[in-house]
Amino acid sequence: MWKWLHPYAKAERAYQLCNTLLPYFAVITVVCMLVGWVWGLAYAPADYQQKDSYRIIFIHVPSAILSMGAYSSMAIAAVIALVWQLRNAELAVIAIAPVGACVTAIALITGAAWGKPMWGAWWVWDARLTSELILLFLYLGVLSLYHAFEDKKAAGRAASILAIVGVINLPIIHFSVEWWNTLHQGATITKFDTKAIDSSMFWPLMVNIVAFAGFVGTVTLMRLKNEILQREKHRPWVRQLLNRG
Amino acid sequence: MQFDSFSDFIAMGGYGFYVWLSFGTCALILLGILLSSLNDTRRIMASVQQQAEREARIQQAKQEQQV
Repeated sequence: MWKWLHPYAKAERAYQLCNTLLPYFAVITVVCMLVGWVWGLAYAPADYQQKDSYRIIFIHVPSAILSMGAYSSMAIAAVIALVWQLRNAELAVIAIAPVGACVTAIALITGAAWGKPMWGAWWVWDARLTSELILLFLYLGVLSLYHAFEDKKAAGRAASILAIVGVINLPIIHFSVEWWNTLHQGATITKFDTKAIDSSMFWPLMVNIVAFAGFVGTVTLMRLKNEILQREKHRPWVRQLLNRG
Repeated sequence: MQFDSFSDFIAMGGYGFYVWLSFGTCALILLGILLSSLNDTRRIMASVQQQAEREARIQQAKQEQQV
Protein backbone atom coordinates (compact mmCIF):
# COMPACT_ATOMS: atom_id res chain seq x y z
CA MET A 1 0.00 0.00 0.00
CA TRP A 2 2.83 2.39 0.84
CA LYS A 3 4.34 1.87 -2.57
CA TRP A 4 1.00 2.71 -4.12
CA LEU A 5 0.45 5.77 -1.93
CA HIS A 6 3.93 7.17 -2.17
CA PRO A 7 3.69 8.91 -5.56
CA TYR A 8 0.84 11.04 -4.23
CA ALA A 9 3.30 12.73 -1.91
CA LYS A 10 4.50 14.45 -5.08
CA ALA A 11 2.64 17.67 -5.72
CA GLU A 12 2.06 17.03 -9.41
CA ARG A 13 0.54 13.60 -8.84
CA ALA A 14 -1.68 14.93 -6.06
CA TYR A 15 -2.82 17.71 -8.38
CA GLN A 16 -3.71 15.19 -11.09
CA LEU A 17 -5.58 13.03 -8.57
CA CYS A 18 -7.63 16.09 -7.54
CA ASN A 19 -8.41 16.73 -11.19
CA THR A 20 -9.56 13.14 -11.72
CA LEU A 21 -11.80 13.13 -8.65
CA LEU A 22 -13.30 16.61 -9.10
CA PRO A 23 -15.90 15.88 -11.83
CA TYR A 24 -17.37 12.94 -9.87
CA PHE A 25 -17.76 15.04 -6.73
CA ALA A 26 -19.20 17.93 -8.74
CA VAL A 27 -21.83 15.78 -10.47
CA ILE A 28 -22.89 14.10 -7.21
CA THR A 29 -23.21 17.53 -5.58
CA VAL A 30 -25.29 19.13 -8.33
CA VAL A 31 -27.65 16.15 -8.71
CA CYS A 32 -28.15 15.54 -4.99
CA MET A 33 -28.55 19.20 -4.14
CA LEU A 34 -31.20 19.75 -6.79
CA VAL A 35 -33.11 16.60 -5.83
CA GLY A 36 -32.64 17.17 -2.11
CA TRP A 37 -33.80 20.79 -2.03
CA VAL A 38 -36.85 20.24 -4.25
CA TRP A 39 -37.80 17.06 -2.37
CA GLY A 40 -37.27 18.65 1.04
CA LEU A 41 -39.00 21.95 0.26
CA ALA A 42 -41.92 20.83 -1.87
CA TYR A 43 -42.54 17.08 -1.63
CA ALA A 44 -41.71 15.92 1.90
CA PRO A 45 -44.78 16.02 4.17
CA ALA A 46 -45.11 18.77 6.79
CA ASP A 47 -44.30 17.90 10.40
CA TYR A 48 -47.31 17.31 12.66
CA GLN A 49 -45.96 19.67 15.33
CA GLN A 50 -43.62 22.11 13.63
CA LYS A 51 -45.54 22.25 10.33
CA ASP A 52 -43.48 23.65 7.46
CA SER A 53 -40.83 25.31 9.63
CA TYR A 54 -39.15 21.92 10.11
CA ARG A 55 -38.05 22.01 6.44
CA ILE A 56 -34.98 23.87 7.68
CA ILE A 57 -33.84 20.42 8.88
CA PHE A 58 -32.88 19.56 5.28
CA ILE A 59 -30.00 22.03 5.40
CA HIS A 60 -29.46 22.38 9.14
CA VAL A 61 -28.68 18.74 9.90
CA PRO A 62 -26.48 18.13 6.82
CA SER A 63 -24.43 21.27 7.49
CA ALA A 64 -24.07 20.38 11.18
CA ILE A 65 -22.95 16.83 10.35
CA LEU A 66 -20.52 18.07 7.73
CA SER A 67 -19.15 20.75 10.06
CA MET A 68 -17.98 17.90 12.28
CA GLY A 69 -17.10 15.59 9.40
CA ALA A 70 -14.95 18.25 7.76
CA TYR A 71 -13.23 18.91 11.08
CA SER A 72 -12.44 15.19 11.49
CA SER A 73 -10.94 15.05 7.99
CA MET A 74 -8.94 18.19 8.70
CA ALA A 75 -7.61 16.66 11.93
CA ILE A 76 -6.69 13.40 10.14
CA ALA A 77 -4.81 15.42 7.52
CA ALA A 78 -3.11 17.31 10.36
CA VAL A 79 -1.94 14.06 11.99
CA ILE A 80 -0.57 12.84 8.65
CA ALA A 81 1.14 16.20 8.13
CA LEU A 82 2.83 16.06 11.53
CA VAL A 83 3.75 12.37 11.65
CA TRP A 84 4.87 11.76 8.06
CA GLN A 85 5.83 15.35 7.29
CA LEU A 86 3.83 15.32 4.08
CA ARG A 87 3.43 18.80 2.71
CA ASN A 88 0.33 17.88 0.72
CA ALA A 89 -1.41 16.90 3.95
CA GLU A 90 -0.58 20.33 5.36
CA LEU A 91 -2.09 21.92 2.28
CA ALA A 92 -5.18 19.73 2.74
CA VAL A 93 -5.63 21.10 6.28
CA ILE A 94 -5.62 24.63 4.88
CA ALA A 95 -7.88 23.63 1.97
CA ILE A 96 -10.56 22.12 4.24
CA ALA A 97 -10.62 24.81 6.95
CA PRO A 98 -12.50 27.59 5.04
CA VAL A 99 -15.04 25.09 3.69
CA GLY A 100 -15.58 23.73 7.19
CA ALA A 101 -15.99 27.25 8.54
CA CYS A 102 -18.66 27.91 5.90
CA VAL A 103 -20.76 24.83 6.70
CA THR A 104 -20.41 25.57 10.43
CA ALA A 105 -21.69 29.10 9.80
CA ILE A 106 -24.61 27.64 7.82
CA ALA A 107 -25.44 25.25 10.68
CA LEU A 108 -25.45 28.16 13.14
CA ILE A 109 -27.48 30.54 10.94
CA THR A 110 -30.10 27.95 9.94
CA GLY A 111 -30.26 26.88 13.58
CA ALA A 112 -30.98 30.47 14.62
CA ALA A 113 -33.65 30.84 11.93
CA TRP A 114 -35.24 27.62 13.18
CA GLY A 115 -34.88 28.52 16.84
CA LYS A 116 -36.71 31.82 16.52
CA PRO A 117 -40.13 30.40 15.51
CA MET A 118 -39.81 27.22 17.62
CA TRP A 119 -38.08 28.35 20.81
CA GLY A 120 -38.83 32.05 20.59
CA ALA A 121 -35.16 33.06 20.51
CA TRP A 122 -32.55 33.40 17.76
CA TRP A 123 -29.81 32.33 20.12
CA VAL A 124 -29.48 30.74 23.55
CA TRP A 125 -26.20 30.01 25.32
CA ASP A 126 -26.82 26.34 25.68
CA ALA A 127 -24.34 23.51 25.34
CA ARG A 128 -25.03 22.41 21.76
CA LEU A 129 -25.09 25.91 20.31
CA THR A 130 -22.07 27.13 22.26
CA SER A 131 -19.90 24.13 21.38
CA GLU A 132 -20.82 24.52 17.71
CA LEU A 133 -19.85 28.20 17.90
CA ILE A 134 -16.50 27.14 19.37
CA LEU A 135 -16.09 24.83 16.36
CA LEU A 136 -16.43 27.86 14.08
CA PHE A 137 -13.78 29.70 16.11
CA LEU A 138 -11.49 26.66 15.88
CA TYR A 139 -11.75 26.69 12.08
CA LEU A 140 -11.02 30.43 12.04
CA GLY A 141 -8.19 29.89 14.53
CA VAL A 142 -6.53 27.27 12.33
CA LEU A 143 -6.77 29.61 9.34
CA SER A 144 -5.48 32.71 11.09
CA LEU A 145 -2.66 30.78 12.75
CA TYR A 146 -1.57 29.51 9.35
CA HIS A 147 -1.62 32.97 7.82
CA ALA A 148 0.16 34.53 10.82
CA PHE A 149 3.46 32.85 9.94
CA GLU A 150 5.75 34.03 7.17
CA ASP A 151 7.50 30.66 7.13
CA LYS A 152 4.94 28.29 5.64
CA LYS A 153 6.58 25.20 7.15
CA ALA A 154 6.18 26.51 10.68
CA ALA A 155 2.72 27.79 9.76
CA GLY A 156 1.58 24.35 8.63
CA ARG A 157 2.92 22.73 11.78
CA ALA A 158 1.26 25.22 14.12
CA ALA A 159 -2.08 25.04 12.30
CA SER A 160 -1.95 21.22 12.35
CA ILE A 161 -1.33 21.13 16.09
CA LEU A 162 -4.29 23.45 16.76
CA ALA A 163 -6.48 21.33 14.46
CA ILE A 164 -5.59 18.19 16.44
CA VAL A 165 -6.10 19.81 19.85
CA GLY A 166 -9.53 21.04 18.71
CA VAL A 167 -10.73 17.45 18.15
CA ILE A 168 -11.67 17.43 21.85
CA ASN A 169 -14.62 19.64 20.85
CA LEU A 170 -16.19 17.00 18.57
CA PRO A 171 -17.41 14.55 21.27
CA ILE A 172 -18.51 17.57 23.32
CA ILE A 173 -20.74 18.74 20.44
CA HIS A 174 -22.10 15.27 19.81
CA PHE A 175 -22.93 14.38 23.40
CA SER A 176 -23.86 17.88 24.55
CA VAL A 177 -27.57 17.10 24.17
CA GLU A 178 -27.19 14.13 26.54
CA TRP A 179 -24.74 15.54 29.07
CA TRP A 180 -26.49 18.82 29.76
CA ASN A 181 -30.05 20.03 29.92
CA THR A 182 -30.60 21.77 26.67
CA LEU A 183 -33.22 23.35 24.49
CA HIS A 184 -31.80 21.57 21.48
CA GLN A 185 -33.53 18.33 20.62
CA GLY A 186 -31.72 15.02 20.98
CA ALA A 187 -30.19 12.82 18.32
CA THR A 188 -32.57 11.76 15.57
CA ILE A 189 -31.00 9.97 12.66
CA THR A 190 -28.22 8.20 14.56
CA LYS A 191 -30.85 6.32 16.58
CA PHE A 192 -31.77 3.75 14.00
CA ASP A 193 -33.59 1.39 16.33
CA THR A 194 -36.12 3.87 17.74
CA LYS A 195 -37.38 5.18 14.40
CA ALA A 196 -37.29 8.78 15.52
CA ILE A 197 -37.86 10.05 11.98
CA ASP A 198 -40.30 8.81 9.34
CA SER A 199 -38.85 7.48 6.10
CA SER A 200 -40.71 10.14 4.07
CA MET A 201 -38.45 12.69 5.80
CA PHE A 202 -35.44 10.44 6.33
CA TRP A 203 -34.65 9.85 2.65
CA PRO A 204 -34.72 13.47 1.48
CA LEU A 205 -32.53 14.24 4.49
CA MET A 206 -30.07 11.54 3.40
CA VAL A 207 -29.94 12.96 -0.12
CA ASN A 208 -29.18 16.39 1.33
CA ILE A 209 -26.43 14.98 3.54
CA VAL A 210 -24.82 13.39 0.48
CA ALA A 211 -25.21 16.73 -1.36
CA PHE A 212 -23.42 18.63 1.42
CA ALA A 213 -20.70 15.99 1.65
CA GLY A 214 -20.28 16.27 -2.12
CA PHE A 215 -20.08 20.04 -1.90
CA VAL A 216 -17.45 19.97 0.84
CA GLY A 217 -15.48 17.44 -1.22
CA THR A 218 -15.74 19.45 -4.43
CA VAL A 219 -14.68 22.78 -2.97
CA THR A 220 -11.94 21.17 -0.85
CA LEU A 221 -10.48 19.58 -3.99
CA MET A 222 -10.64 22.92 -5.81
CA ARG A 223 -8.93 24.69 -2.92
CA LEU A 224 -6.33 21.94 -2.56
CA LYS A 225 -5.50 22.35 -6.25
CA ASN A 226 -5.12 26.09 -5.64
CA GLU A 227 -2.83 25.55 -2.66
CA ILE A 228 -0.66 23.13 -4.64
CA LEU A 229 -0.44 25.57 -7.59
CA GLN A 230 0.41 28.44 -5.27
CA ARG A 231 3.27 26.51 -3.68
CA GLU A 232 4.57 25.06 -6.95
CA LYS A 233 4.16 28.27 -8.94
CA HIS A 234 7.72 28.28 -10.24
CA ARG A 235 7.92 24.62 -11.19
CA PRO A 236 7.96 23.63 -14.87
CA TRP A 237 4.89 21.37 -14.57
CA VAL A 238 2.76 24.35 -13.56
CA ARG A 239 4.07 26.29 -16.57
CA GLN A 240 3.01 23.44 -18.81
CA LEU A 241 -0.55 23.78 -17.53
CA LEU A 242 -0.67 27.18 -19.28
CA ASN A 243 -0.10 25.65 -22.69
CA ARG A 244 -2.83 23.12 -22.13
CA GLY A 245 -5.20 26.01 -21.52
CA MET B 1 -46.39 18.15 -4.06
CA GLN B 2 -47.37 19.33 -0.58
CA PHE B 3 -48.60 22.78 -1.63
CA ASP B 4 -51.70 23.73 -3.60
CA SER B 5 -50.30 26.86 -5.21
CA PHE B 6 -47.05 28.71 -5.69
CA SER B 7 -48.04 31.36 -3.15
CA ASP B 8 -48.71 28.58 -0.64
CA PHE B 9 -45.24 27.26 -1.35
CA ILE B 10 -43.69 30.67 -0.72
CA ALA B 11 -45.73 31.17 2.46
CA MET B 12 -44.58 27.81 3.93
CA GLY B 13 -47.62 27.73 6.22
CA GLY B 14 -46.68 31.06 7.78
CA TYR B 15 -43.02 30.12 8.33
CA GLY B 16 -41.90 31.44 4.95
CA PHE B 17 -39.59 34.09 6.37
CA TYR B 18 -37.57 31.61 8.46
CA VAL B 19 -37.48 28.85 5.86
CA TRP B 20 -36.40 31.15 3.03
CA LEU B 21 -33.97 33.01 5.27
CA SER B 22 -32.27 29.67 6.00
CA PHE B 23 -32.21 28.40 2.44
CA GLY B 24 -31.24 31.83 1.12
CA THR B 25 -28.22 32.37 3.39
CA CYS B 26 -27.21 28.75 2.85
CA ALA B 27 -27.24 29.22 -0.94
CA LEU B 28 -25.36 32.52 -0.63
CA ILE B 29 -22.61 31.08 1.55
CA LEU B 30 -22.16 27.97 -0.62
CA LEU B 31 -22.08 30.08 -3.77
CA GLY B 32 -19.71 32.53 -2.12
CA ILE B 33 -17.01 30.00 -1.24
CA LEU B 34 -17.41 28.27 -4.62
CA LEU B 35 -16.92 31.50 -6.58
CA SER B 36 -14.06 32.67 -4.38
CA SER B 37 -12.25 29.34 -4.93
CA LEU B 38 -12.75 29.62 -8.69
CA ASN B 39 -11.46 33.17 -8.56
CA ASP B 40 -8.36 32.05 -6.66
CA THR B 41 -7.54 29.56 -9.42
CA ARG B 42 -7.89 32.25 -12.06
CA ARG B 43 -5.68 34.65 -10.07
CA ILE B 44 -2.93 32.09 -9.46
CA MET B 45 -2.82 30.99 -13.10
CA ALA B 46 -2.77 34.64 -14.23
CA SER B 47 0.30 35.28 -12.08
CA VAL B 48 1.98 32.15 -13.46
CA GLN B 49 1.25 33.43 -16.96
CA GLN B 50 2.63 36.86 -16.09
CA GLN B 51 5.82 35.38 -14.69
CA ALA B 52 6.29 33.21 -17.79
CA GLU B 53 5.87 36.22 -20.08
CA ARG B 54 8.28 38.27 -17.99
CA GLU B 55 10.94 35.58 -18.22
CA ALA B 56 10.42 35.35 -21.98
CA ARG B 57 10.92 39.12 -22.27
CA ILE B 58 14.12 38.99 -20.21
CA GLN B 59 15.37 36.14 -22.38
CA GLN B 60 14.66 38.12 -25.51
CA ALA B 61 16.35 41.27 -24.20
CA LYS B 62 19.48 39.27 -23.34
CA GLN B 63 19.64 37.82 -26.83
CA GLU B 64 19.25 41.25 -28.42
CA GLN B 65 22.10 42.59 -26.33
CA GLN B 66 24.39 39.81 -27.50
CA VAL B 67 23.73 40.54 -31.17
